[in-house]
Amino acid sequence: MIQAEHLQKTFRVRKRNAGFKNAAKAFFSREYEEIHALNDVSFRIEDGEAVGYIGPNGAGKSSTIKILSGILTPDSGTCVIDGRVPWKDRRAHVSQIGVVFGQRSQLWWDVPVIDSFELIRDIYAVTEDVYKRNLRDLTDLLNLSEILKTPARSLSLGQRMRCEIAASLLHDPRILFLDEPTIGLDAVSKIAVREFVLDMNKRRGTTVILTTHDMQDVEALAQRVLLIGKGRILLDGTLDDIRRGGSGQIDETLAALYKQFDI
Amino acid sequence: MKLKKYISFFRLRCVTGLQYRAAALAGISTQFAWGFLIIFAYHAFYRSDPTAFPMTLQATVNYTWIQQAFLAMFASWVLDGDILEEITSGSISYSLCRPVDLYAMWYTKSLSGRISKVALRAVPILVVAALLPAGYNLTAPTDLPTFFLFLLTMVLGALNSTAFTLLIYVLTMYTLSSTGLRSLLLTLADFLCGGVVPLPFFPPALRRICELTPFAATSNVPYRVYSGDIAGTNAAFAVGLQIFWLLVLVLGGHTLMKNALKRVVIQGG
Repeated sequence: MIQAEHLQKTFRVRKRNAGFKNAAKAFFSREYEEIHALNDVSFRIEDGEAVGYIGPNGAGKSSTIKILSGILTPDSGTCVIDGRVPWKDRRAHVSQIGVVFGQRSQLWWDVPVIDSFELIRDIYAVTEDVYKRNLRDLTDLLNLSEILKTPARSLSLGQRMRCEIAASLLHDPRILFLDEPTIGLDAVSKIAVREFVLDMNKRRGTTVILTTHDMQDVEALAQRVLLIGKGRILLDGTLDDIRRGGSGQIDETLAALYKQFDI
Repeated sequence: MKLKKYISFFRLRCVTGLQYRAAALAGISTQFAWGFLIIFAYHAFYRSDPTAFPMTLQATVNYTWIQQAFLAMFASWVLDGDILEEITSGSISYSLCRPVDLYAMWYTKSLSGRISKVALRAVPILVVAALLPAGYNLTAPTDLPTFFLFLLTMVLGALNSTAFTLLIYVLTMYTLSSTGLRSLLLTLADFLCGGVVPLPFFPPALRRICELTPFAATSNVPYRVYSGDIAGTNAAFAVGLQIFWLLVLVLGGHTLMKNALKRVVIQGG
């Protein structure tokens, strides 16, 4: 179970106007702007739920994921996941979670994917039986058999993303965080990824938290939707709650909703 | 077992490093060219007045060849590009999602990267250097104890060298760009560890100070132990200093990293 209460995170971002004069001025006195990435964010997610976490760029989605995965320490507020505070008990916490950052890679660039998998097996101290079983399942479901021996750098984006997702699941995580997992993928790969994640959620009861801008991802995967904007949770409900707000395409309805909330 | 993850990391990094054959060949030829250049220069200097030098010509030649053979292990400017990239681009997120100590993971990665580089380069250089005509060649250490002392100080030196690199990575977490740090600290480190000229060639006062710094605890000690320039009580003192600096660098780096992680801002969305 994930219980987040009153999470607050502020970043200081340096600002200056364009041009040489302003650059020279900034050399002596710098101006900062405070960005409230998270402003009193609270929610509760039960075991086995699949939640879509949506909102415009810069709304605070990634910051939330980083706090939940123990990478980022909030300024204030509490968060307890399965009895642990992620950033305080980082190592124990991360051994129970899997994370996919769609815009980054966890595979070793210059060696075959299978080498990266074996390293991850040892890092998480996965027993040989479990590793073999998971590897077999993942290879079947994500269609990896052809590409396991290929160095990560030679893979296409879709192939690589399938490997990234497999890499995040080798240790049987109880919770899976997906940060824009389908970004840049073609239709076939998108569907493969969605079906797979759905299967994990349904069959193994893995809790899934998904951030995305692709509403079809949310439609396919999430029973519940959290909408965040300007660091605040604006809506906690289902996709139907959003659909009710407009009559057109889901993307247009969502855009109208963003406008309505002024985010 | 707890150590297994680090060993596994070590192995994969070594395997990766061993792939770069062309880089190794290029490295070997550079090191030979450089080694000859330095040795020819010293020959010219020593011819003018051999007594004016703190080390014998043979000791200096040995120092040079050992230095060239193990350059990738000790050179302060051999940094792991992956780690620097990880910090500036924000891919460090993934490393932080692992149930491992980040300092230990980076330490293992850097050390194994250096070992894999040296594994490909050292042996050919040492063998060829040993076969060169007298006066230009690498000679064996005087006795077996000296050789073992050399091995011990080598290991300690390599550990110190790596701990110093880790400090650079940790400082990069604060500054986000390693360029400034690199040009300042690494040039200084290279000079102070005897990378440009051996420390005995320094003016006496400066030399005494330099020998106490962590930089001297890296390559300076093993290279001079090899030729017998550091022996007896001096050697015991040098080993003690190496252990002292290793503790300071590792504990200091670890604490600094902990602090950096508390206030870390992961770059990018």
